[in-house]
Amino acid sequence: MKKIGFIRKGEYHDSISLMLIAKQISGLPGVADSAVVIGSKENKEVIASAGLMTQELIPAGESDLVVALKLDDGIDSDKMIAEIEAIFRSKNKAGSGTGLPQSISGALDLLPDATLALISVAGRYAGDLAMRSLQRGLNVMLFSDNVPVDKEIELKKFAAERNLFVMGPDCGTAIINGVPLAFANEVSRGDIGIVAASGTGLQEASCLISNSGFGISQAIGTGGRDVKKEVGGIMFIEGMKALASDARTSVILLISKPPAAEVLEKIISLARQIDKPVIGLFLGAPPELMTGGNVRRASTLEEAAQLAISCSKERTVSRPADPGTDDHLEVEPALAPGQKYLRGLYSGGTFCDEAQLICNDSLDEIYSNTPFGSSRMLKHSWKSEKHTILDMGDDEFTVGKPHPMIDYSTRNKRIIAEADDPETAVILLDIVLGYGANPDPLADIVPAIISVRGIAEREKRRIPLVCSVTGTDKDPQNRTAVVSALRSHGVIVMRSNAAACRKAIQIITRRSISHV
Amino acid sequence: MSKLFQTGLKVINIGMKSFKKTLEKQHVESVQVDWRPPMAIGDIAASIIRANTGKIEAANAEAVNKILNSKPFIEGMGKALDVIPGMKKKMLLHAGPPVPWQKMCGPMRGAIIGALIYERMTDSPERAEHIAASGEIEFSPCHAHSAVGPMAGIVSPSMPVFMLKDDQNGNKAYCTMNEGLGKVLRYGAFDSDVIARLDWMEKILAPSLMRAIEKTGRIDLKNIIAQALQMGDEVHNRNRAATSLLYRTLAPAVILTSDNSEVAASVLEFINKNDHFFLNLSMGASKLSLDAARDIAYSSIVVAMARNGTEFGIQTAGTGDQWFTGPSPVPDALFFTGYSKDDANPDIGDSSITETAGLGGFAIASSPAIVQFVGGSTQDAINYSLKMYEITAAENNIYKIPYLDFRGTPTGIDLLKIAEKNILPFIDTGVAHKEAGIGQIGAGVLSAPAEPFIRAIAGLAEKIQPQKEH
Repeated sequence: MKKIGFIRKGEYHDSISLMLIAKQISGLPGVADSAVVIGSKENKEVIASAGLMTQELIPAGESDLVVALKLDDGIDSDKMIAEIEAIFRSKNKAGSGTGLPQSISGALDLLPDATLALISVAGRYAGDLAMRSLQRGLNVMLFSDNVPVDKEIELKKFAAERNLFVMGPDCGTAIINGVPLAFANEVSRGDIGIVAASGTGLQEASCLISNSGFGISQAIGTGGRDVKKEVGGIMFIEGMKALASDARTSVILLISKPPAAEVLEKIISLARQIDKPVIGLFLGAPPELMTGGNVRRASTLEEAAQLAISCSKERTVSRPADPGTDDHLEVEPALAPGQKYLRGLYSGGTFCDEAQLICNDSLDEIYSNTPFGSSRMLKHSWKSEKHTILDMGDDEFTVGKPHPMIDYSTRNKRIIAEADDPETAVILLDIVLGYGANPDPLADIVPAIISVRGIAEREKRRIPLVCSVTGTDKDPQNRTAVVSALRSHGVIVMRSNAAACRKAIQIITRRSISHV
Repeated sequence: MSKLFQTGLKVINIGMKSFKKTLEKQHVESVQVDWRPPMAIGDIAASIIRANTGKIEAANAEAVNKILNSKPFIEGMGKALDVIPGMKKKMLLHAGPPVPWQKMCGPMRGAIIGALIYERMTDSPERAEHIAASGEIEFSPCHAHSAVGPMAGIVSPSMPVFMLKDDQNGNKAYCTMNEGLGKVLRYGAFDSDVIARLDWMEKILAPSLMRAIEKTGRIDLKNIIAQALQMGDEVHNRNRAATSLLYRTLAPAVILTSDNSEVAASVLEFINKNDHFFLNLSMGASKLSLDAARDIAYSSIVVAMARNGTEFGIQTAGTGDQWFTGPSPVPDALFFTGYSKDDANPDIGDSSITETAGLGGFAIASSPAIVQFVGGSTQDAINYSLKMYEITAAENNIYKIPYLDFRGTPTGIDLLKIAEKNILPFIDTGVAHKEAGIGQIGAGVLSAPAEPFIRAIAGLAEKIQPQKEH
């Protein structure tokens, strides 16, 4: 094995293009491992800990691109470098002289009555772009993360004074006027409004509602940090007010992890003043929270969607076809004596949290790389211990690699590793569809499912795969098609993440996959 | 936010293009911003610049005004040693920023050898090389002597030069006559044909043109360039129309001032056969316009971009004679049959002075023919020019692009806009073989490298507010 590395000075690609390039490079024959990242200090540290650092890469700076490779023996480095240069050249060709505006003012020349700026550039630049957008009277959806908190506060205070909205930073999902923005699903329009500090939470709730025949008026994302003490819930509150006065909204659904105490007080006191039912899902909050009057409390996303539906003023005429839960299972004891543990591999952070919450009641000793509730910190993220529930979208898994909602390769490797582990009793997954998510999830995951079956046959044990599929039939991937295909491969598909967790727990505690 | 619910969604997407595709599927009106992170220019320089924005903007306005109001004319011709300021008997001028003999590229060395033979210092190339390396000859950039030269850009004492003057500002500039294509001095050739041609240009061509210009009176270069742009030239890589217009201006006078019709014919035929005859003059005119803006304190306007085949250098209005350099890149070119990028010399020549003045690559929307030659489409040509508006201070008052509704060319490159938007000047150029004397092997496009501009910003900041020594 030999290591080579080189710097491409001053080169810039947006994060998706970079991921695609990284994927292409990692797929080249002879490449054992690779990283393609911006040459920031943090990234260089990650490269070093991955054993990919070389002398050449040390001077790399923040506006440089770093390519670090581990090559198999006998591979010609020069030929490899030439191949990689060709990949970059073909990506760069497209961008030259495109005639697109290069700034907000340039864009406003072309679209003077723009109402929203959707910003997804690197965090250190995103804040200034957001401020410039607000100054030009635009609402902002700030997909970017790594925006400093004081910048976030500055932006949100500035926006609130001018009746403008800042969704984010780190806001991956919103649905405004029925339009899915960034990573969102195509759902039905209706009278349920959502304010969410969690992207995946918004996706799950909106899909469950839509798949039950109801619909979303507006779904406002605030970014995860909004309800913390420093930011003080500025946009969460503004979102609630906007839905309160929105004629199309009859029910307001709030989704978040528990806010800071003072922020929660503000939220509840505002909720009580609103003349519409308000449902609060603050994952992991104590049961006494938020009850009485028009305010109701849910403990899972599934329950939150159900409560919202029950308060809706709409009567659905037609319900979309629901591929439903899995009822067709064999009735037989299934697990081998050594199979004891649940292994949850999640692409959505909120699903990982929700899973831990639900599993904490029934299972002892749960470990996670992002422990929630009573879970413990996993010592080495790449090695599961006992019951392990992982957030594979967390930074440590995604630096220089695509996010697991877009590309399943990292998670697939982990699925197979868990299947190989004789102590694994059940593997629990989320599959998130929609715009921005993996365009062909089946092509990406089916090979891994088949490998798991191969391991099961060889080792003569059952290795149940349980998942939920978040999405609708109107999404590009088509939920029904995905669910049907997964089930045809023996995957147990449940209606929601909460249901999938309960099924997984059931398998472990009853030591069978029979349906009761 | 409530307003957003009512007035509807119209989105400016800054960042990942996949989001824009989704909006298109949803039939939401949207526009993609092709955003690039700003160049990293260092915190100290950034804060000095920020603190002086007003002064810089005022200085730039003054600089741009001078550039736009310049009136370049051909006044006459003379011998380099006689008319070029600072020229010496044992001096050779070259293109680009200063470079010592040891670091010079193949074509430039070849041109110097040829120049020494032309000057009759020796008749042997080996001896010429020895003289060049010995320190006996002083090398100096053309730019330091109010001159510009294409490719190797060598100007030697005996060479005849055009004498140019900016009527508005009073400053002067000088350029040699273009030799033609193929094996010529500026590509580093130095065989007997090259020398013979140079001799003919000195003894026959120059005197003839000198007399002709005396007869016609001063020749308005701005006028010719403005017309040429409307005829498909960009006056860097494509000069056919401009050369034709010059020919029309000079022809009767050449004939009338000659007592030998064969000589007159040979002079005219020489110009006729060389589609790039006007190039040296468009370079000279550009230099005149930009020199008018030199030495305006605080100004971030670029007054020269030049390459010596080893380094790419720039000068700005607010930083005096200082050169800011970086390695010269190899252009992304379409190569003539039998040649490839491996044969190419890094970018070379003072001809990027045309881009600096809002011509050449900046005016390429006027010259679709040249874009085809470098492997692009007409839309590419338009896009390249459009992009340059993002980094310039003004639109030209005289040089207009028909296809863009007679919009003036992007003029007055602003260093700070380059850094802020991370867009570099676009240059279209010929490519030389890296070995002396072979000639042009292709034509292509390139972006100027970033390093000189980043250094220039630091230089400007330092000039505005010198940092104490540690």
